[in-house]
Amino acid sequence: MAADRQITAGIMPLLDSALLVAAKEKGFASGEGIDLALVRETSWANIRDRLAVGHFQVAHVLAPMPIACNLGLTPLAARTVVPMALGLGGNAVTVSNVLWEDLVGNGAKADLDPRTAGAALKSVVTGRATRGDGPLRFAVVHPYSGHNYELRYWLAACGIDPTRDVEIVIVPPPLMADALAAGTIDGYCAGEPWNTASVVLGVGHILTVKAAIWRSSPEKVLSADARWAEAQPEALAALLRALCKSAQWCAAPANREELAGLLSGPAYLQKPAAWMMPALSGQIETGGAQTTRVEDFFIPFAKAATFPWKSHALWFYSQMVRWGQVAHNAANEAVARETYRPDLYRAALGPMGIAMPVANAKVEGALTAETPVGSAGASLSLGPDGFFDGEIFDPDRLDDYIARQR
Amino acid sequence: MVIDENRLRASVIEAGLRDAGYDKLTILQDVTGVARRIAELEPDVIVISLENPNRDMLENLFQLSRAVKRPIAMFVDRADRASIEAAVEAGVSAYVVDGLKQERVKPILDMAISRFNAFSRMARELEEARTELESRKLIDRAKGILMKTRGLSEETAYALLRKTAMNQNRKISEIAQSLITAAGLLAPPEDE
Repeated sequence: MAADRQITAGIMPLLDSALLVAAKEKGFASGEGIDLALVRETSWANIRDRLAVGHFQVAHVLAPMPIACNLGLTPLAARTVVPMALGLGGNAVTVSNVLWEDLVGNGAKADLDPRTAGAALKSVVTGRATRGDGPLRFAVVHPYSGHNYELRYWLAACGIDPTRDVEIVIVPPPLMADALAAGTIDGYCAGEPWNTASVVLGVGHILTVKAAIWRSSPEKVLSADARWAEAQPEALAALLRALCKSAQWCAAPANREELAGLLSGPAYLQKPAAWMMPALSGQIETGGAQTTRVEDFFIPFAKAATFPWKSHALWFYSQMVRWGQVAHNAANEAVARETYRPDLYRAALGPMGIAMPVANAKVEGALTAETPVGSAGASLSLGPDGFFDGEIFDPDRLDDYIARQR
Repeated sequence: MVIDENRLRASVIEAGLRDAGYDKLTILQDVTGVARRIAELEPDVIVISLENPNRDMLENLFQLSRAVKRPIAMFVDRADRASIEAAVEAGVSAYVVDGLKQERVKPILDMAISRFNAFSRMARELEEARTELESRKLIDRAKGILMKTRGLSEETAYALLRKTAMNQNRKISEIAQSLITAAGLLAPPEDE
């Protein structure tokens, strides 16, 4: 195999590393002539640094991270491109048993509904403030993460100021359950299987899920070192083809158990295969022996789940502006828009005849039901993709959206 | 300030920095309360292992002005690519207060890098020595089994193991392990 077809990818121990793991383990990568090595990392910072110094050509990263890198917001920033997404959804908000009891007393139910959960949390937060108790402390995995933005979005829409009314700290996903058990944090938003972990260990309850806060929403993407992507377009295209086949394989219900087994292996998550099943099946165990069915909890392939929508990039950018991480101006907006590269996706996967959206951006939250849309190749349905509060994000009216959220 | 969960490595780095004349050192084994310690001590340079899963938490602290009074950037100079590569290779990362002179910081970072590399070498050698010892024990047991069951001399028993290993293109210790396993399976049942 030619040296330029050797690709090393950094991954974090999360369920949504599935597309990369299956691409390697099920031979989709080698089938495309790619010698794919996967390296499990301990922090997103390590992944970013190793991409920057060329140890990794590509990596499994939080969808807003490459935008933050290109905006120069991170300490060591190398130019990165996003040629593909690695699925939609996959996160949940988990709270400690103590907070859960408090929330139930304030009307929370085990149905994962973000409205009732949010209303209960608002009562608890107000009650604590009245009594002079300290603010609740929530954890997310990274400041530039879907977790941070969806948690803040949900809290703000429920009348809780994420900056003033609660404290938000950073904890690595595998340590969330321990932090919850130790009482260091009262709740967290993280990817699977790290919510299920707290439920299985009996230290927490799942309160709501990403798929309910914003259905069919972006989570992890494939980030590529821009210098490498420009020098090796053929290798990148071959990798995208392999990941596309892997996504189809991961999406097939018949493969769930095998996929759970692969992910549980020592090189990947090193946790029981049973921990992977709730996210893959959508049967979410929320705690106290309750199970709730969640549609579209994690979508590996359907609904253009691997397409790098520019509207997703721009929504993340709008939230960076909203929470004071970056100033809004035309130059920064352009950086966010250009980080996601549907052109690379189209060039690599168009010839495969898969369902390919005609547009590069869409109005997020516009579809209330599954809807057939214009596509090249196979027919394509998108949605529902609504935000739980009924808001709409129109990337062509970004200024309005940003102004509305101030 | 050095943050390292590996106590042994932390002491190796500490010794190196002290020898080089840096005596205002704080070594933290875990990150509990790190924000408070940083605020109290106002370190010029923070060195942390790449193995530490809390780098994301730490970087977030640096971005929040209320946690740290002085802005902290990563590494000596973003443009110093060789330094950055050497640090990542060695598995160490350093955060430096903005505005600190490069000549002052570079030796600290270089020291941390060389100590990390030295530690990795030590750990590797230790691991090799351990494996070596394990294999020798296995081979001794396998020799014993052959001497007892086939009446061979120690020398002949070893020669047989070595020949088998060469024929099968495997390590002698692997052949020894197989033999021990097989002998265990074939042994007459113990009286109960």
